[in-house]
Order: sequence, then C-alpha cells, then structure tokens
Amino acid sequence: MSNTVLKIENVNKSFGGLLALNNINLDIERGTVHAIIGPNGAGKSTLLNVCIGLLKPDTGEVTFNGGEKIIGKKPHEINQIGLTRVFQTPEIFPDLTLLENVMLPALSKRDGSYKLSIFKMLSKETDIKNEAIESLKTISMDDRQDVIAGSLSRGDKRRLELAMCLVQKPELLLLDEPTAGMARHDTNQTIKLLKQIKEGGMTKIIIEHDMHVVFSVADKISVLARGKIIATGTPEEIRADPLVIEAYLGGAEL
Amino acid sequence: MMMNIFSKKSAPRLMLFFAIGVLTMPIWLDPVGANYPDLLQKFAIFGIFAIGYNILFGLTGYLSFGHAVFLGVGSYSAVWSFKLLTMNVIPAIIFSIIMAGLIAAAIGYVSLRRSGIYFSILTLAFAQMFYNLAYSVLTPITNGETGLQLTMHDPRIIDNALSRTVETGLPSTDFFGISMNGYSGFYFCAVMLIIAFYIYLKIFSSPFGMKLKGIKSNQKRMKYIGSDTRPYLIAAFVISGMFAGLAGSLMAVTDPLAGAERMQWTASGEVILMTILGGVGTLFGPLLGVGIIKYLENIFSAVNDSVLHSFYSFLPQWGENLLVTITAPFVGEGWHLTLGLLFMLTVIFLPGGVMEGFQKIKLYFQNRNKPDKSNNSSEESSNV
Ligand SMILES: Nc1ncnc2c1ncn2[C@@H]1O[C@H](COP(=O)(O)OP(=O)(O)O)[C@@H](O)[C@H]1O
Ligand SMILES: [Mg+2]
Repeated sequence: MSNTVLKIENVNKSFGGLLALNNINLDIERGTVHAIIGPNGAGKSTLLNVCIGLLKPDTGEVTFNGGEKIIGKKPHEINQIGLTRVFQTPEIFPDLTLLENVMLPALSKRDGSYKLSIFKMLSKETDIKNEAIESLKTISMDDRQDVIAGSLSRGDKRRLELAMCLVQKPELLLLDEPTAGMARHDTNQTIKLLKQIKEGGMTKIIIEHDMHVVFSVADKISVLARGKIIATGTPEEIRADPLVIEAYLGGAEL
Repeated sequence: MMMNIFSKKSAPRLMLFFAIGVLTMPIWLDPVGANYPDLLQKFAIFGIFAIGYNILFGLTGYLSFGHAVFLGVGSYSAVWSFKLLTMNVIPAIIFSIIMAGLIAAAIGYVSLRRSGIYFSILTLAFAQMFYNLAYSVLTPITNGETGLQLTMHDPRIIDNALSRTVETGLPSTDFFGISMNGYSGFYFCAVMLIIAFYIYLKIFSSPFGMKLKGIKSNQKRMKYIGSDTRPYLIAAFVISGMFAGLAGSLMAVTDPLAGAERMQWTASGEVILMTILGGVGTLFGPLLGVGIIKYLENIFSAVNDSVLHSFYSFLPQWGENLLVTITAPFVGEGWHLTLGLLFMLTVIFLPGGVMEGFQKIKLYFQNRNKPDKSNNSSEESSNV
C-alpha cells in the first residue's frame, strides 16, 4: 500500500471571477496529522469540500489510497471508501439522543450505502451500541446518552460531531476548524481530545485558526494564501519560513 | 424511559396489549355509541392508512399530499380481483398491495427528486392527475363516474372453476367461506390492522427506521456518514403506499365498489390531519387522530337539537334553551367547526399532537410525586 493516503493534483476552482483554489498539489502521508492554515477566505474549506464531494473542481484530480479517484463520486460513496469530515458548523442530528447520534454513523459504516434492515431490532445491535458508547466515552459524554443532541452547548455539539466521525474509524479524517467559536475552556478540552486521538494513528487533515492548536497537534503544515499553497513543511520549518511569516503571520513572532 | 418500549422484552407485550385493545373495540367503544361494524371497520382501515402514512411523514419528515392515490389504487385493484378471479378477499388484498407498491415506486421515484414544499406539490400533482384520469382516459379501468362495481356477468374465473356461484343477486366478499358482512368484516380488518401494526412497530424499532429518523433530523449528515438517502426515502414511500393500498383494498372488502372520489385531495388531507392531530412520528399518535376524527365525523355529526335538549334536560327551561343554542353550531352538520377548532388548538398549544398532551400530563404527575428530584426528561428521548 502506498504511503500517500490522499493525493491532490492540479486542483483549480473558481467562483465567478474569484480563483478560490489555484493549482493545488498536495500529498497527505499515512498516519500524519496535516494542518492547513491560512487567513480567512484563503480557500481552506473549499479544498476540503472538493475532497469530500461537496464541490466539483474545475480541473484536477484527487486520488485516495493510490488508486481510488474521488472527483465525481457522491458524498456517501466517498465516505464509504474511508473519508469522514467534521464540518465548520456542526452537522449533528439535533432531534436524536447522543447515543443515537453516534450509533447512526456506526450503523451506516457497517451497512454500507443502503440496507433494507426492517426485521432487525435496533436493541439487538449490541456491537454497534458498544462502539457508540465507547466513542461517547472519548468525549466524556457517555453519562448523557439519552440527552437530545440539540440541547447541547456549541462546544459540546462540535465534540459530539467529532465522536460521530471517530466511531467510523475512517482512514482519513477531515476537520474544519474544530475549535472555531469555542471558549478557552472548550478549546483546551478539544486540544486534549485531538492529542488523544492522534495516538490512534489515524490520518487527519485539520484546518485551524488557533496557532496554539496547530503547533501542538500537527506533524506537517501547509500554508494557503489566496488559493495557493505557499509553503509545506514541519512545524519548525513553517515557523522559520520567511515567506510564511510575511504572507500569513504578518511578521509576528511565533 | 419510554424508549424501553423497544427493548427485547416489551415489544411482544406491547403487541399483545395492542391486539387485545383492537379486538375488544366492540366492548369498550359501546358506551360511547361507536359500536357498530361500519364505524369499527373505519377505525381499523383508517388506522392502517394513518400508521402507514406515519412511516413516511413521521419518520422521514417528507409531507406527501397525494397518499389517497394509493387508497384508490387499492380499492380498484381489489374490485378487479373480485370481478375477474374470486370473491375471496386474500387474492384481492395481495393484488392491491402489489399494485399500490408499484404505483408508489413510480410516483416516489419522481417526487423524491425534490424535498420540502416541492416534494409535497409533486405528490399533489400526481394525485390530482390520477383523480382526473380516473374520469377520462382510465374509464375502462375505473368505470368513470359510476364507479367500479360488481355485476352479474363478471367472469370470476376461480369461483366459477370451483363452482362457488350464487343463484340469486350479487355474491358477497368472503374469507374462505366466512362472509365479510357485519362484525366478521370488522374482525377481518382488525386482524389486518394488528398485522400492519406489527410491521410498523418493527420498522420503528429497526436500524432502517433509525436511519429514516436520521434523514428527517439532518439529511446532509446522513449522506456524509455514508448513507445513500434516496433509496431509503423511496423504500419508506413505497412501504407507506403499500399500507395505504391495504387500507384501500379493505374498503372494497367491506363494501365492494370503488370510486375516484377516494383519491381526491381532501382524502389525502384527512390523513395528514389525523397524523398531526394525534402526534406526528409517535407510535400511537396517528391511531388517536383516526379515532378522534372518525368519531367526530360519525357520532358527533349525528347529534341534533333534540339530542341536545335531552342532554341538558336537567337544567331549567331557559338554561336548557340557552345551552342548546350555544352548542348547536358545534354538533351535527357543524362537526367540521369542532374539528377545525380542535385542530387549531392542538397545533398552537401542542405541536406534538394529543400524544404531547399525554406526555405533559404524565410529566406533571411524575414531577408532583417526586418534588425533590428535578426532572429534565422533557429534554430527553420520549419518542413514543
Ligand atoms: N459555494 C461558494 N460560492 C461562492 N463563493 C464561495 C463558495 N465557497 C467559498 N467561496 C469563496 O471562496 C473563497 C474561499 O472560501 P473558503 O474556502 O470558505 O475560505 P476559508 O479558507 O476561510 O475556509 C472565499 O472568498 C469565499 O467567499
Ligand atoms: Mg473555512
């Protein structure tokens, strides 16, 4: 198996006159946490949207695991081959309980795109239920299984969404600003969680504003500015890159 | 917690209580004047229609405005089975369910390309199309305005081959010799309701049902966790169409004729009213809605001034007259007014239907009995 989980080649995407992604080339290596940073409007979310089938690029190809072509596949197909995403605004099931929220992705992963399982009892899905409870434990919400998800705080909703994605044990997890809009306390808890799941060896792409978060969890960092990748490297290399300091970090000391 | 109803042990118990409740309807509906076969049958038939509708509307949130089409398809199919094959009801029911399922697959395939209001409009358009075609192009099948009826010279191939013919008049529908008139007709419908409810309960407590709830809550999330939502929606649509087809065929079983008015949009509207009034997405809500609406329609509508006078006769003459004058607009022909008011009050104060009212009463008593334990179960799951 190739060591590159995701290969992004010559991806271009424009909205009207605006070139949101300008000839992006990027390799994501297996087992790494790859952070994408850049100012607001740089095209970070757009890049993730292309990778999960939410947007079709104008040109270019994204290849998964050295063979599977992603462009043109439907969102559920892309998920079934092993990519799961945490959105910038949390996408959970607000009317369902926490346990149901986490059971659904586990069921969906096991059953595939479609399965007409009418004569099975949900209460007999003990494996799925145990997986779900395990996942709720990682975000310390296993004591609130029966709470309706819509009533959670914003920070808790985002962590719940993370648990929903983790329960699928994806080969590649994409996180879009998992700490955006969070209070300090919530951010710290999420960093703790991100570090904890880093040990699992799952490959991740993380978009993040908070430099503190980025430098504490990332193995590699790419800097995106106005649709172009201006640098890729280890945290130390990025910290030292004069181009990055000028373009993105505004000359500020890190 | 209410969720426990789906646990391994209590599902059979729930089924048992349900079956007993349905089969004893002639006993416990007697005191309220609803114990006659015609009405009892209606309760059972519309019960099947409404729980089937709830599989689509309650679980997926897709509001179909054209479900009466499947009632009509079910009725026509059943009458054709009576005419061509046999007066036995079993082939008729099977044929109706299959036909309704096929038509539902076709309508669902197209309508489910859209969601929200556009889906509703598409289903309404299909329903109106079928309704109008029944009077024009489809008259060879529907017999137009006269409606499809049994005649003396129907072929009835199977009955004739077994020389099960009647000498005089039109034959009546039967279940292997048991005539479907009167109470036996009701008991047959009741058994069908019990079977339908069993399947309905299975769907509610299955992974499939759970995924439908996921689609209702956040369809985007369902797609991005790997479920192809379209076939799930089509399956839910077809299943609920088949329930409606069964209901339609039972209408023909108890009264073997079929007319296009069964497919009119008002009939589709009625099942929406029933479901919302009782409680969308709850297990028993739609059945409650059926009970309330059919009771108002059949019993309340028969109340006239003289019944009211005797009801208030314990009052002095002027009081009796006053109350009769006040209440008269709400009964008899005015039952629609009562239903309208009831519906408005429910939607405004209990958006979760009558079931939400029960839930609130239950919570109130729970909190009163345990004042020390602050109860936040309103936030918790109680999807029954
Ligand atoms: N669906 C869209 N339609 C039009 N413009 C878009 C769309 N998505 C993003 N853009 C534009 O593309 C640019 C990049 O956006 P985005 O990828 O969201 O940036 P960020 O790096 O902050 O996540 C922005 O100028 C944004 O306005
Ligand atoms: Mg963004």
